Amino acid sequence: MRALASLFCGFMFGWGLLISGMIRPDKVLGFLDVLAIPSGNWDPSLAVVMAAALAVTVPGYALARRRSPLFATQNQWPKQTAIDRPLLAGAALFGIGWGLVGLCPGPGVENLATGSPSVVVFVAAMAIGMFAHHLWETRGAASVARAVTVAPPDG
Amino acid sequence: MANFTPTSAAIGGALIGLAAVLLMRLNGRIAGITGIVAGLLEPQGSDRAWRAAFIVGLLAAPLSAALIGYAVPIPRLPSNFAVIAAAGLLVGFGTRLGNGCTSGHGICGIARLSPRSIIATGIFMAAAMIVVALTRHLVGG
Repeated sequence: MRALASLFCGFMFGWGLLISGMIRPDKVLGFLDVLAIPSGNWDPSLAVVMAAALAVTVPGYALARRRSPLFATQNQWPKQTAIDRPLLAGAALFGIGWGLVGLCPGPGVENLATGSPSVVVFVAAMAIGMFAHHLWETRGAASVARAVTVAPPDG
Repeated sequence: MANFTPTSAAIGGALIGLAAVLLMRLNGRIAGITGIVAGLLEPQGSDRAWRAAFIVGLLAAPLSAALIGYAVPIPRLPSNFAVIAAAGLLVGFGTRLGNGCTSGHGICGIARLSPRSIIATGIFMAAAMIVVALTRHLVGG
C-alpha cells in the first residue's frame, strides 16, 4: 500500500511539474533572470507555482500534524533546526548549479523520461555529487571517531 | 511579461502541493526529491520501495502525457556537456550538504514555517539569480 500511495503521489507531483511548465529548464531560467524585469521579459510563473503549492501545503500540513498517516506508524517531520554552515554552503552550491542549467532534482529526474542525452549527463553528475557528499560525510565522521579514540596524549 | 503563464502555474503548483500533503497523510513522508533520490543511492539507504515507487510515478507522468497526446516539452539545455556535468555535480553535492532542494526546502519546509528552509530557499534562489545574471547578461549571453 505504501509503495502504491507513493507511486500515486510521484505521478501527481510529476503532472504538477509538467502542467506548471517547471519541467522546462528554459522556463525556470526565465524566472531566475531578474535582470529581464525592466525589459518586460521576466517570467514570474515559478513564484506563482510556489505560492499555489504553499496555499495547499500550509493548511494541509497543519491538518496532517494532528493525525497519524494511513500507511505508516507516524509522520516523519524533519528534526533539524540549526542554521549552520552546511545549510548555507549547500544551498549556495545548489543555487549555482541550478542557475547554470535551470534543472533541480525533481525536473532533472522527470526529464529522464524524454530520453534527452543532456539530461542523462545532468542526472548522472547529480547522482555522483550526492554520492560524493555521502562519502565525504561518512569519511569525515570516521576520521572524527578515529581522532577521538586514538588521539595522542600531547594532542 | 510575454512568457508569464499564471493559470497553468497555479494549477500545476496546486497539484505539487497536493502531492506533498498526500505523501505525508498516506506515508508520513516529506516530498523532498533530494532526500527520496539520495535514499535510493546510498548503500545503507532505507525504505527503498516507496522511494523507488515515487520516482517511477514521477517518470510515468510525462510518459502518460505523451500517450494521451499532451505535448511534453523537450528540455533545452546548454550544448556544452562540461557545463551540464558541473551543474549536476553542484546540484547533487549542494542539495545533500544543505539537506534539501526546491521541493524539500522550497515547498515542504516553508510550509512548516521552518526557518532553516526559508533561509535555504532565499540563498539558493539568490545564488541562481546571480549565476543567471552573470551568464546571460555579463558573459555575452
